[in-house]
Amino acid sequence: MSAGARVMDLKQSLQTASLTDPGRVRDHNEDCIESRPEIGLYVLADGMGGYNAGEVASGMATSLISDGLQEVWELREVERLGRDEAKALSEKLIKEQVARANTAIFTTSQNNPECAGMGTTLVVCHFFDNFLTAAHIGDSRLYRLRGETMEQVTRDHSLLQEQLDSGLITPDEARLSQNKNLVTRALGIDPTVEAEVHVYETQPDDVYLLCSDGLSDMVEDDEIRLTLHTLKTNLNLTAQQLIQAANDHGGRDNISAMLIRVAEPYGVPRGWLARLKALFA
Amino acid sequence: MAKLILSVDGQVLKEFPLSKERTLIGRKPHNDIQIDNLAVSGEHAAIITILNDSFIEDLGSTNGTMVNGKPIKKHFLQNNDVVEIGKHKLKYFNDAPTAATAADFEKTMIIRNPAKAAPPPPKAEMSDTQTNLKPLAQPEVVKAAPPPPPPAAPAAEARHEPTPIQPVPKPEPKPAPRPEPAPAPAAAHAAEAPAAGGSLRDAAIQVLSGAAAGRTLDLTKNLTTIGKPGLQVAVITKRPNGYFITHVEGATYPTINGASLGAQARSLGDHDLIEIAGVKMEFFYKP
Repeated sequence: MSAGARVMDLKQSLQTASLTDPGRVRDHNEDCIESRPEIGLYVLADGMGGYNAGEVASGMATSLISDGLQEVWELREVERLGRDEAKALSEKLIKEQVARANTAIFTTSQNNPECAGMGTTLVVCHFFDNFLTAAHIGDSRLYRLRGETMEQVTRDHSLLQEQLDSGLITPDEARLSQNKNLVTRALGIDPTVEAEVHVYETQPDDVYLLCSDGLSDMVEDDEIRLTLHTLKTNLNLTAQQLIQAANDHGGRDNISAMLIRVAEPYGVPRGWLARLKALFA
Repeated sequence: MAKLILSVDGQVLKEFPLSKERTLIGRKPHNDIQIDNLAVSGEHAAIITILNDSFIEDLGSTNGTMVNGKPIKKHFLQNNDVVEIGKHKLKYFNDAPTAATAADFEKTMIIRNPAKAAPPPPKAEMSDTQTNLKPLAQPEVVKAAPPPPPPAAPAAEARHEPTPIQPVPKPEPKPAPRPEPAPAPAAAHAAEAPAAGGSLRDAAIQVLSGAAAGRTLDLTKNLTTIGKPGLQVAVITKRPNGYFITHVEGATYPTINGASLGAQARSLGDHDLIEIAGVKMEFFYKP
């Protein structure tokens, strides 16, 4: 079955490592991470609100989205779709899963007083056919290292980012702001939420980092870049080093990092012959 | 809540809490902070407060606004800033959150976009950033204030492109190294370590054998790799509590003083001997 071959490919093509740590101030971890390497799916959530309900929200988000996408994505014969169809499908399915998770978290918080007001930020990466669908809500981030350059792929849904966008404050001033912790969007707070979803082409040797604000608030972008660039041949060490750097700088929040390195292309064969084979496989 | 204390010639006149989103300063009576002095323009400056942050901007006044002795058009106020308007001074106080509330304070919180919750504001307000950002506790919109707030560039609507990299803020300058003895090897999670680059002494690696023998490599970066890529690579990390070496890649581990490094990080002591990819080198603290 061709699906089996594809599954193997993805696990070989993408090297990964993930780590989450409570940090040095908080006594419990409200971050939650989950990955499904077989379908190229990586989910990170940073919970908030309620007494200890933040971790309920982030745990629901990661497991619902992972399980949900695994169910629907594996049913599809991605090989049979054209490239654009596959991109559109991934985007659509992720939006659906995020919406489903939002409803579940929102309903739980409405029905359980101890969970009232809980919510979570979210960043999701779905790799397929040399592409990546990235979805995010709030201030959990996706970075990409390509060559020597690191870029922040997601743009925070935060008060600070809005102030930066509108030119009210400069990036230098932003570092002094006391409003760093305010997000303008979160999963599970309102009956509906819109995830920001984009599809990007990946290249061999790209390194992707999903992280919670416990990392990006504590460690300068340039130090993150240097770490990814220096240690990318050993992703487990890269993840440890990032967490350690955040703790060395104070570790004031929970810290999570998920790393994915594109070791080799993972494109789906698309010639008419390949399609014909897939049809009769 | 942040506040301003108005004084003239060292004499305190009044205290003004910054409870409104927009606080007007000027000579005319309708200002929130009225300074009845001819050196002060009718509407001289405004302070925009967004939750815990406040900004002052000069409203095109005749005699200008100074902050800490420098003329400004717009300024992001920091605790203890002194605003000068003519002979009058306004000192800005924004007390850092107390230790007890600090943990809560930093917790991520949601701020609702009022455009969703409430009916959309009138069109004229839409380009006003403050309207979009309007936080929970400041319901009123300053509507007919004659000079429109200049800093409000049109709210960026195109949120859908990938973000370009923000200019990376420079790490803080390092204090001069203190002549302390070499830091003792410490566990990974040492108690309350200062920020990286704190009081750590400068160190370097000297190559003892091979083609590069005699060369010295200063360990200035937080991460420095040594060895041969593809064959054997280790990284030296500079941390608040010392320098550490960790194996990165290669089938075998480097040796330290003749013993295999293994998979874990190991702290480096003065004059430790490293052998990696067939090359001997020595770690040492600089005098």
